[in-house]
Amino acid sequence: MTGWQTLLYKETLRFWKVGFQTVGAPVLTAVLYMLIFGHVLQDQVKVYDQVSYTAFLVPGLVMMSVLQNAFANSSSSLIQSKIMGSLVFVLLTPLSHWHWFFAYVGSSVARGLLVGVGVFAVTVFFGQPAFVAPLWIVLFAVLGAAMLGALGVIAGLWSEKFDQMAAFQNFVIMPMTFLSGVFYSIHSLPPFWQKVSHLNPFFYMIDGFRYGFFGVSDVSPWLSLAIVATALLAVSAVAVNLLRTGYKIRH
Amino acid sequence: MPAISFQSVSKTYSSARNQTGPVVKALDDVSFDIRQGEFFGLLGPNGAGKTSLISILAGLSRASSGTVKVHGSDVLADYASARRKLGVVPQELVFDPFFSVREALRIQSGYFGIKRNDDWIDELLVSLGLADKANANMRQLSGGMKRRVLVAQALVHKPQVIVLDEPTAGVDVELRQTLWQFIAKLNKQGSTVLLTTHYLEEAEALCSRIAMLKQGRVVALAQTSELLKAASSNVLRFKIDSELPTHLAVQARITGRIVQFPAHNAHEIEQYLAAIREAGLVAEDVEIRKADLEDVFLDVMNKKPAGETPAVAVDLAKVAT
Repeated sequence: MTGWQTLLYKETLRFWKVGFQTVGAPVLTAVLYMLIFGHVLQDQVKVYDQVSYTAFLVPGLVMMSVLQNAFANSSSSLIQSKIMGSLVFVLLTPLSHWHWFFAYVGSSVARGLLVGVGVFAVTVFFGQPAFVAPLWIVLFAVLGAAMLGALGVIAGLWSEKFDQMAAFQNFVIMPMTFLSGVFYSIHSLPPFWQKVSHLNPFFYMIDGFRYGFFGVSDVSPWLSLAIVATALLAVSAVAVNLLRTGYKIRH
Repeated sequence: MPAISFQSVSKTYSSARNQTGPVVKALDDVSFDIRQGEFFGLLGPNGAGKTSLISILAGLSRASSGTVKVHGSDVLADYASARRKLGVVPQELVFDPFFSVREALRIQSGYFGIKRNDDWIDELLVSLGLADKANANMRQLSGGMKRRVLVAQALVHKPQVIVLDEPTAGVDVELRQTLWQFIAKLNKQGSTVLLTTHYLEEAEALCSRIAMLKQGRVVALAQTSELLKAASSNVLRFKIDSELPTHLAVQARITGRIVQFPAHNAHEIEQYLAAIREAGLVAEDVEIRKADLEDVFLDVMNKKPAGETPAVAVDLAKVAT
């Protein structure tokens, strides 16, 4: 393994060693959402024709878990090792900012996808979605996880305390994922809120991801792809630049 | 080519968060070289800038101005090459709670792109008395054991330059001896060692050359033997039961009952003893010993900059008469 591959391996091993909390817990949470929302909203929410609400909910929950866990991985690893001081072991190495970026984002994608597969495996019994375009599914899962992994790098570098990190997670990441159309099609919203939803990049991740399952979506998957890819590039540029300048880690 | 070269290194930072507070100068135009193969000591009181200087060397912090090179590699422009040559034992007792000792060492090797490093890792574990802890989780280790792992982690890529930032703070005698034996062996094999410590007897025993920092400036830089020669050659040491008069106390080093006076010759020793007698005190267990590094250190640290007169000046000759 080369240097950055070792960092990727270490970051993956880190979450794997506490897999009960980092993989098991989010899978259980998704099952609870499925049980409660799936049951309560089944006959209330109208989504696409030919698609049952529970089948519609499965990809949404999968993608929400992918995104939240990709973010949690890089952000919590960085804030923990900053506060514990063990980040010094990586700071003392010859690894470049690109190495850091690929290792932290790579392990975030790994955790996001692993949780995603886990959530899919347990929620699929409630409502089986189709697999119209599997490549779109993989593409949106990977790009979405990478963008949240990069966002996690930014949040992990910026936060100095656990409560700042919690604020980022609870006041930015959670609302943006919940209001992205996980539990509903935005076409069921009033026009104003539809417009607002279109400003949320998370909406395009979930919409594009869902297109891979059903072949229908609120907006064209190409538009979603363009927006998600642009958001990923923009967030990555910021993250790489913070790593290059050693923002809050090299004084 | 020097092993480490500091060229006009300064570090200033604003004391307030919003960058508007007064500017603190942690390092002020520090320049010196450390030769290859040297065992070099960096001494100074807390807050003198030792750790700031080492942080800049290690890339953990950036100098406000000046350059630092490790075997010719600039720590900023050519950081990857500089860090490969450098093994740093941090001052703080830090560890990664997720891994065992062996895992931590394998991962650290991996960061430097070193594959199959187990022979060297085993040698490090044995040399540092960690062999039976190889598979223990870092969390289970005592403070002393964690300190040993920190040393092993710094040496895992066989660096040419080893930097130890107060490695023996709060460490038991056994580890100190194991550590110094091992570091001395590496030094004999050609590694350069830069050590900061508060234990001056350690620095005196190990370091061939010493720099002293005070308020971010180099105030002494010489061979250890030269520094010792330059110091007052003798120290008068005795015990007393009552308090020393102020005019004598300002010149003495007092540790509980033990009083020590720097003395250059027999005449000065006689004058001190006479002053004690005149003050009505009785000196017990009187001895005269050679000055050590601690005396030199206190001498250098207490020296006032040129042009400034000491707050309390005592004319020894007058006291004696």
